Amino acid sequence: MIEARGLTRRYGNKVAVDDLSFSVRPGRVTGFLGPNGAGKSTTMRMILGLDRPTSGTVRVNGQAYHELDQPLRRIGALLDAKWVHPNRSARAHLRWLARTNRLPDRRVDEVLEAVGLAAVANRPAGGFSLGMSQRLGIATALLGDPEILMFDEPVNGLDPEGIRWIRGFMRDLAAQGRTVFVSSHLLSEMAQTAEDLVVIGRGKLISQCTTAEFIDNASESLVRVRTPQAEELRAALARADAEVRVEVETGALLVSGVTTQLVGEVAAAGGVVLHELAVERASLEQAFMRLTDDAVEYQTTALPAPELVTAGR
Amino acid sequence: MSAVNLISAESIKLFSTRSPWWCNLLAMVLPVGFATAAVLSWPTDVPISVTEVQMGYQFGMMLVLVMAALAVTTEYRFGTMRTTFQAVPGRSSALLAKTALVAGVAGLVGLVAALGSLGVASVLHPVSDLGLGTADELRAVLGVAPVFVFSAVIAVAVGLLVRQSAGALALLLVWPMLVEPLVSVIPTVGEHIQQWMPFVAADHFLRGERSMIADPVLSPAMALAYFAAVSVGLLAVALVVARRRDA
Repeated sequence: MIEARGLTRRYGNKVAVDDLSFSVRPGRVTGFLGPNGAGKSTTMRMILGLDRPTSGTVRVNGQAYHELDQPLRRIGALLDAKWVHPNRSARAHLRWLARTNRLPDRRVDEVLEAVGLAAVANRPAGGFSLGMSQRLGIATALLGDPEILMFDEPVNGLDPEGIRWIRGFMRDLAAQGRTVFVSSHLLSEMAQTAEDLVVIGRGKLISQCTTAEFIDNASESLVRVRTPQAEELRAALARADAEVRVEVETGALLVSGVTTQLVGEVAAAGGVVLHELAVERASLEQAFMRLTDDAVEYQTTALPAPELVTAGR
Repeated sequence: MSAVNLISAESIKLFSTRSPWWCNLLAMVLPVGFATAAVLSWPTDVPISVTEVQMGYQFGMMLVLVMAALAVTTEYRFGTMRTTFQAVPGRSSALLAKTALVAGVAGLVGLVAALGSLGVASVLHPVSDLGLGTADELRAVLGVAPVFVFSAVIAVAVGLLVRQSAGALALLLVWPMLVEPLVSVIPTVGEHIQQWMPFVAADHFLRGERSMIADPVLSPAMALAYFAAVSVGLLAVALVVARRRDA
């Protein structure tokens, strides 16, 4: 359980995290979603007591981080996989860390085995690829066998194999009943792994809900219809107050603000033959963009998009 | 979290990379090398004093300063200080463990360097009666250990305050080598201020009346106490700052 209440962090005039309140429920994967620069990493550093909040509090299992005895046994974290001395071996890195929280050396070999680094454990960590560094970071997080795990952008920069491995690993951790709090700037990534979402933009909370709710609320659904009698159906739907567009390449109709049932009934009433009737969701990325639009830190002026969808005549 | 575990963690850190080994090795070899050179260039029929033989302690001290400062600044450089504070959120206990370890190693290095210098000189220069008979001789030889201990404490403190290798090392090398010796150049008050410079005080402790202070206020023993107090004071400031700052 992680609970933030009114968490705020200012750097000079800049507010990195702004009155943020959320909770991460135990035994679930919670995604921490926001555009780059939204304050995700700052928030995670405050959870670990590395950065000091300007105001507000954050508690781990009801305690401030600095009150935790042997914190590696409560909460494990991977904030930056490059936080290792490049000339120190992976095993030595884990050994000193284990020693601080009185974890046995045996545990070091267990986690190296778990992340698949046992064979390179005595090699200097500076020579590791990003994927191997990320595995070492995860080994670091797992060291104290904690019930809460926190990962900051764990798939960033990884190849598909690495991404697949991390996703699987997080699912396994959740299946073991652990609490996982994982950040990303990609909603599609979160949709694959997280059950709950905490969405922030410019340091402010935008939404806390389940992933399914977020996608439902955020995405506009369209009904896609293909019919040889497009003109007739379009007119009939217009009478039913539906907004209809024609997809240029295929000639299919895209109807917004209605259900498939309604379109089917309108078509049947008008004796229109349907070749296809389907719900089409706006992509998750579009949904996310819509919600965080004015919360993006470094905004660019959008280039005019080529017009793929035009209003029907 | 017991102190033993934290010191053990710090010793894994210190000895699992190469540069501390090199620094410590050189910190022992250079003073002995200096003693060898001093004795060989000395007239064979004139006795050399223990103090002359130990002059090279300054080279060892420089390397101990480097070793101790790097033990802190490389942690900031590579982000392992954050991991350390994540594991030991009280921060001070981890930093005190590091200080204790680094200072302890520095003391051992100082002892080996000083006894090594004395040993080499007695073999190479049999005419001199080199030994630990007088209080001055005891201080000049065994005193190198506490001087290295408190030098390491100063270097850890400066490393914590500056958090950056280049800056910390520049400060730690320029200060004792250039700033302190040149303080006496300041008109009227310079001579008086100089003896309150920490490394000048340490030198006064080791070399007594042969040090650069013309008219010392402090006895050699008090000079060491003063040097120790400065180092502990600086460390206390550094610990407070490290607790307050973002990691």
